[in-house]
Amino acid sequence: MAKKAESTLINMLLALTLIAFVASLALAFVNKMTKGPIEEVNKKKVAEAVAKVLPKYESYSVDTVTVKTDKGDMPMVRYTAVDAQGAMVGQAMESWDDNGFGGKLTAMVGFDAEGNISGYEILGSSETPGLGAKADKWFQKDGKGNVIGKNPGTNPLMVKKDNGDVDAITGSTITSRAFCRLVTLAYSAFNNEKGENEQ
Amino acid sequence: MKASEIIKNGLIKENPTWVLVLGMCPTLATTTSAINGLCMGLATTFVLMMSNIVISLLKSVVPDKVRIPCFIVVIATFVTIVQMVMQGFIPDLYASLGLFIPLIVVNCIVLGRAEAFASKNNVWHSLLDGLFMGLGFTWALTLLGIVREALGAGSFFGVNFIGGADGMLLFILAPGGFICLGLLMALINHIRSKSKAK
Repeated sequence: MAKKAESTLINMLLALTLIAFVASLALAFVNKMTKGPIEEVNKKKVAEAVAKVLPKYESYSVDTVTVKTDKGDMPMVRYTAVDAQGAMVGQAMESWDDNGFGGKLTAMVGFDAEGNISGYEILGSSETPGLGAKADKWFQKDGKGNVIGKNPGTNPLMVKKDNGDVDAITGSTITSRAFCRLVTLAYSAFNNEKGENEQ
Repeated sequence: MKASEIIKNGLIKENPTWVLVLGMCPTLATTTSAINGLCMGLATTFVLMMSNIVISLLKSVVPDKVRIPCFIVVIATFVTIVQMVMQGFIPDLYASLGLFIPLIVVNCIVLGRAEAFASKNNVWHSLLDGLFMGLGFTWALTLLGIVREALGAGSFFGVNFIGGADGMLLFILAPGGFICLGLLMALINHIRSKSKAK
């Protein structure tokens, strides 16, 4: 075996510096290579989610609105979809709730022009597999806790335990409540825009 | 040391999961389904192989006192590369494993093999050791994933075989992971000791 480098201060410094330098070069290179694809993937993910939760549309524009949460005013990303004539057919919001069972729950929530829920897609969750994680299908049209078509403006979205009319996921009331709050928060951004338009 | 011995060590005799009992955190966390276990195993195999090669090359220029930080930098570099490449090119896999990929850095198998093997052996043997230790880890994780998925969700690599019925949720959750791991470990070590006695 080759002779080992002595553990002198200068050797240690040199070895660590060189290794760190080469490592950062390699990482910078890979970062440059993957940056484009990663951005594209993220963009595609958002576009797919928007397409999934909204009624048929021609194109959409993106803006940011301020919503009131219990932690103060927060920005929310909003996608406004229009048909070929330029009339609004719906809006989708990237909404969230911090108090899911496993922490933050984020979802894309879509509303049609009347403010009825037209669809949703869970974007990120750390809910329990098999329980809260069922939220991705549970509240869909053919799920047991269907919320599609409901309007949070005329009928506050709440689980049955809280005197609402949404069937909570079996064994996951906390996740279900978080989901209802998230949709309600998204709806507050929907209202907001309509008010401004009417002025 | 012969190559065949290194292969056998990694896959069976010193299997990182069943025998050395290293890297339990990713083992338990990612084996909720067979495909997750398999992919986590393969990602770890790649990191293990690459870091073993580099560390074996560096072994004579790295002073003893700073060897651990040097190893960690090398390992972390490869893990980050895996993470970025996965995020860019296999986004679906990244969505289910993303959280655990950075954890490979602190996976004791990787550092353990660097310290115990790659820093003492030549490049070719270190490569083999990394590859087969990784594959040993992979088959252990896949087996665990298959069992947990079958019991917990009633499916095999995502293909449902129990119809509409719910699986035994316990086995997807952490406690079921411990139970499965313990029973499988007992079974495999029983088989091993039997075949040794022959």
